[in-house]
Amino acid sequence: MAERFGAVVVHTTGSESAVRADTLSVPGAALSIQDVSHRFELEATPLPVLEHVSLSVEPGEFVAILGPSGCGKSTLLRLVAGLDVPAAGVLALDGQPIDGPDASRIIVFQDPTLYPWRTVWSNVALGLEARGLLQSHRERVDDVLRLVGLASFATAYPRQLSGGMSQRAALARALVNDPKLLILDEPLGQLDSLTRIAMQRELVSLWQRVGFTALLVTHDVEEAVFLASRVIVLSERPARITAQVANARPYPRHRGDPHLSELRREIMGHLGLAESW
Amino acid sequence: MTVNPAMDQANSASTLALGSHQNLMQRSWILAIAAAAWLGVALLTALWADLSGTNWDYTGDLATVCAALAGVLAAAMFADLRFAHLRYAQALGPWMLVLALLVGAWEAVTAKLGLLPLPFFPPPQALLEVVIDDRVRLAEGVFASLRLLAGGYFLGAALGFVTGLAMGWSRAVGYWIHPVLRLIGPLPATAWLPLAFFVFPSSHSASTFLIALATGFPVTVLTWSGVASVSSTYYDIARTLGADQTFLILKVTIPASMPHVFVGLCMGLGNSFAVLVIAEMLGVKAGLGWYLQWAQGWAAYANMYAALLIMALIFSGLITLLFRLRDRLLAWQKGLVRW
Repeated sequence: MAERFGAVVVHTTGSESAVRADTLSVPGAALSIQDVSHRFELEATPLPVLEHVSLSVEPGEFVAILGPSGCGKSTLLRLVAGLDVPAAGVLALDGQPIDGPDASRIIVFQDPTLYPWRTVWSNVALGLEARGLLQSHRERVDDVLRLVGLASFATAYPRQLSGGMSQRAALARALVNDPKLLILDEPLGQLDSLTRIAMQRELVSLWQRVGFTALLVTHDVEEAVFLASRVIVLSERPARITAQVANARPYPRHRGDPHLSELRREIMGHLGLAESW
Repeated sequence: MTVNPAMDQANSASTLALGSHQNLMQRSWILAIAAAAWLGVALLTALWADLSGTNWDYTGDLATVCAALAGVLAAAMFADLRFAHLRYAQALGPWMLVLALLVGAWEAVTAKLGLLPLPFFPPPQALLEVVIDDRVRLAEGVFASLRLLAGGYFLGAALGFVTGLAMGWSRAVGYWIHPVLRLIGPLPATAWLPLAFFVFPSSHSASTFLIALATGFPVTVLTWSGVASVSSTYYDIARTLGADQTFLILKVTIPASMPHVFVGLCMGLGNSFAVLVIAEMLGVKAGLGWYLQWAQGWAAYANMYAALLIMALIFSGLITLLFRLRDRLLAWQKGLVRW
């Protein structure tokens, strides 16, 4: 079922980016998570966090992961980013096993974590600088800043930015590296609700224009349904996948869409919150 | 990062004052009074005869210096406020007034009335005499002190920075150095003085070592704590962006720990002054500390006061320099305390 809807979405995204093909578009990568288990070693007693999680994400798909607080969603993202190594199982991007961090898979955290001693421009340039590509790709930084609407803040320091602008800068810092997979760990979680709504729209539009694969962790069912082409529901810790809900509504979506409301109700049911609908 | 709210208020109040016409008038008046006061000191010095039985050679020169200062203040008063430096001079108005009163009182109770015993309380012209007549020896002292201080301070700061960085970065280095640091660090560097003068081939190298030690300890500890306090997310993000170890150290660890490092550098500079002066008094036959000791031996109190004044100006200037450097490097930080 997931694959089927994934394919549908890929088709949608494909035509979108074909229309707006520009220099910034990169093909998304396929992510495969096979039978991954993970645990935290806490004072000699291992605490199981993930249990036999398997998931395939199609190139260019936008997958959202929902689950109760502390269930291990962020841990899963850290594994995908290569920041931690799973206790069991295999993760692979486009068939290549994930065995460490790589600029093809970039994570954006809830806290934008800009480097306060660097200007917005230098923050965005960090990935290129780290890989020795900055000299030949300086204009890429400007392009991406323009893409997220921060061109006029290039020389500002992070403390001068609002929450939404900081998170846009963090997105730009990821996008400048042409990630094939963008890993989003509640990236809009700290924003006020108005900024959040605006940023959700921007995120969809970026994803459509650039074409990366997106893996999003969120607490917000509405956000998941508004953004994602597929929603994965995780159980309490240790996390297992309890449901996958495909969402084939075309983009751009509308918050009042009754189909989306229907999906929200279904997902709330999977989360054990049906009575609160 | 914390700023005294009262200071903040005072700052904004003075900023407002600069903009308001009424305050400008007030400022000019204070400057005029200060200029008049310095002129008064000049007249007092020149026209009121020194106590009979004393012969201060530089009474006339002191009057000239005071009159010149009065002239500068008057010029600042009439100068257009567009000149930023003169505006700064204007802000000094109240201080210049108080200083004039103090110098005038000093001159009166020493040279003119002889109320304070000599040689412990020389008049201001005696200090002027020292600065002019003994300028070569003083300049040599300043040069020797600065050379010794610079050698020890830069050595200590560099070693402390590298050690702190290594301790924060590598668990193994931390394991071996931490106990040593805990044992030796709290020991005042001057406690090593007898041993150092004995072990090192020259008093200069011994003093360099002691100054480096006094500087190195706070720099090490603060660098180490700075490195330890770097958020792990900074590393996670840089790693996913493709950073290797070298890049992480140079572009994440070091800049992120700079605010701590500067606290260490400042503390180290203060420590190094103390050790410098003591080392010069006890072993090194040069420098301002030695000059102080020498002057005391000859009961040349005017020389001592002059050397103290010069030392205060130099040390304060060095701290100002360090703070300027910090303000430049850490411009990204908000609410830095001003020196």
